[in-house]
Amino acid sequence: MLGDALLLQLGYNATLVTVGAALLGVAAGVAGTFLFLRKRALVGDAISHATLPGVGLAFVLMVALGGDGRWLPGLLLGAAVSAAIGLLCVQGLTRATRLGEDAAIGAVLSVFFGFGIVILTVVQTMTAGQQAGLEGFLLGSTAGMLRSDAILLAVSAAVVLALVLVLRRPLELAAFDPGYAEATGWSLGRIDLVMMGIVLVVTVVGLKVVGLILIVALLIVPAVTARFWTDRTGHVVIIAGAVGGVSGYVGAAISAVAPALPTGPIVVLVGFLLFLVSLLFSPGRGVLASLLMHHRYQRRVHMRQGLLALAQGQPIFEALTRRLMHRAGLILPDGVATQAGQAAASKALLDETRWSLVRADTSFAAAATRYDGLTPIEDVLTPDQLRDVDGRITAPKVV
Amino acid sequence: MGAEFVALSLTPILIGVCVSVACALPGNFLLLRRQALIGDAISHVVLPGIVVAFLLTGTVRTGPMLLGAAGAAVLAVIAIEAIRRLGRIESGAAMGVVFTAMFAGGVLLLERSDTSSVHLDVEHALYGNLESLIWLDATGWGSLIDATALAGLPVELPRMALALLVVGAFIALFWRPLALSTFDEGFARGLGLRTGPLGLALVVVSAIAAVAAFDAVGSIIVIAMFICPPAAARMMTNRLGHQVAWSMLFAALAAIIGYVLAGYGPLWIGASASVSAAGMIATVSGIILAVAAIAGPHRTRGS
Repeated sequence: MLGDALLLQLGYNATLVTVGAALLGVAAGVAGTFLFLRKRALVGDAISHATLPGVGLAFVLMVALGGDGRWLPGLLLGAAVSAAIGLLCVQGLTRATRLGEDAAIGAVLSVFFGFGIVILTVVQTMTAGQQAGLEGFLLGSTAGMLRSDAILLAVSAAVVLALVLVLRRPLELAAFDPGYAEATGWSLGRIDLVMMGIVLVVTVVGLKVVGLILIVALLIVPAVTARFWTDRTGHVVIIAGAVGGVSGYVGAAISAVAPALPTGPIVVLVGFLLFLVSLLFSPGRGVLASLLMHHRYQRRVHMRQGLLALAQGQPIFEALTRRLMHRAGLILPDGVATQAGQAAASKALLDETRWSLVRADTSFAAAATRYDGLTPIEDVLTPDQLRDVDGRITAPKVV
Repeated sequence: MGAEFVALSLTPILIGVCVSVACALPGNFLLLRRQALIGDAISHVVLPGIVVAFLLTGTVRTGPMLLGAAGAAVLAVIAIEAIRRLGRIESGAAMGVVFTAMFAGGVLLLERSDTSSVHLDVEHALYGNLESLIWLDATGWGSLIDATALAGLPVELPRMALALLVVGAFIALFWRPLALSTFDEGFARGLGLRTGPLGLALVVVSAIAAVAAFDAVGSIIVIAMFICPPAAARMMTNRLGHQVAWSMLFAALAAIIGYVLAGYGPLWIGASASVSAAGMIATVSGIILAVAAIAGPHRTRGS
């Protein structure tokens, strides 16, 4: 069943929704990366919570005008308007008052959400509001979507994605190098405005899929996940888009098989799973890689200290050092150096002596900065330079 | 304003005031420490904690619920810190990852398990049910000194009053160290204060307030009260003592006006049903903040 959903075999509507969710995920992942790099990830939370009063008021207004309150384009328009007002409130509070952005975000999200709940209780008392299904906007519900709504979702998700891709350059510039962006004539304020506009559109399109409480996860989680895999500008954006796309696709597919469950939490948990895998297993920043690196570094330090002790004829007492050196065939179990051990020890001592000369000589200042007690000096100096240094080692002996 | 008021509105209003003040008190310090969104994060992660506690014990008794919620809050703080350090991720983003994932997990657990026998669902978690905490045994103001009627008080009231007492005692006892470490952490450390444990204690006390309140009123009031009254109070004064006093006043006002507006406001304009009290209280706190941001004497930086 899930296989069918993943292969888009569950009918036209489910396919549209799944593809739409995937496109939305890509757009959210890419847009969220810029938000994350500008350190404003949680502004998305304020924007999304601020959509609720707009949804409710749009419903009331459409019913009052004699229409069907559940008309999705109207609801989304209302959501966009109130989200924009919420965004303006965040910026107003941050700029004009002494409040920090975090406080402004918290105030706007809780007050707008609270007001939205008030409107929802009003809607519930209306005769037309009994089956309004506005609760679906809280946590997302894609099951049993109308054909027209599914088309709207897929098309608008595609449009948002196109918008993000078209505006990618200035956004990247502002996110990764704001100083350079300003120097080349971009206005940071205007780029931020565009970024917020895109986040707003992503949020509004995502309301029906992920829901307003959790859509912020679709903005943050892919960007954070991508950071674990690369430090390069373009790559972060691409990986974040991919993570977002997979979350949306798989989440919507699972939701198509389990229609009783809200879609949002599923999408978010799929994304979180990808994040967990990255946190644990990514090379470089992952937990496993960090542990391995630490382990390797620790062994190198112990080895080096052990060899220097051997060269200076000092006994080694430290158990880990003895074990490591014995396993490498450098010492016998009783701590006496083997032939290989003696060779390695004198090489380590020579290395250390060369380094101390290099670090004392200001003409080697650049090379001296590479000293960490572990790097062999051959990796840093040319053979000519080494010969020069070696000449100085023997010089005192001649005198 | 007679017997009906005492039975139907007095206890919800008192509970609302206790919740609001208990959240606003630690909120002052969180706001000044730029940790305002901790309240937001805590109130999201409380949900999975409560659901897991319910699944393990099969009851909705207070003890296991509080333990589960507190456990979830601690787990979230640890996870946020771990992600921030391991991935060198900015704390706001780390917070966003953790609390959305935990909330999503809580919602799915809740939807997958059979909770139809008990009063536990997502809507309830979000905006609680303040209106239902009525005092059926009350027959009028006289019931306030009637022991048998007092025994029928909704259990949330004494519980919330106790939480308020705990929070208030913590703030009063640690007033000086809290103030010092909030404004000048380096200086506080120089004096020998252990600022790390103190900061953690503040978060734990906030979590106690949030968890106790969550059960009665849902998370939306909790988030609003952690931030709005202290933020409005911040526009009124430059002195910490005055700010805390203002925030308590604003919190209590928001609770009372919000509840009255939600319960009676619709009747005044001719509608028949009331609206969500939790939502209205959050809305009123926002209006207070808006007024303070427009007209507060110390609203701008450097004033």
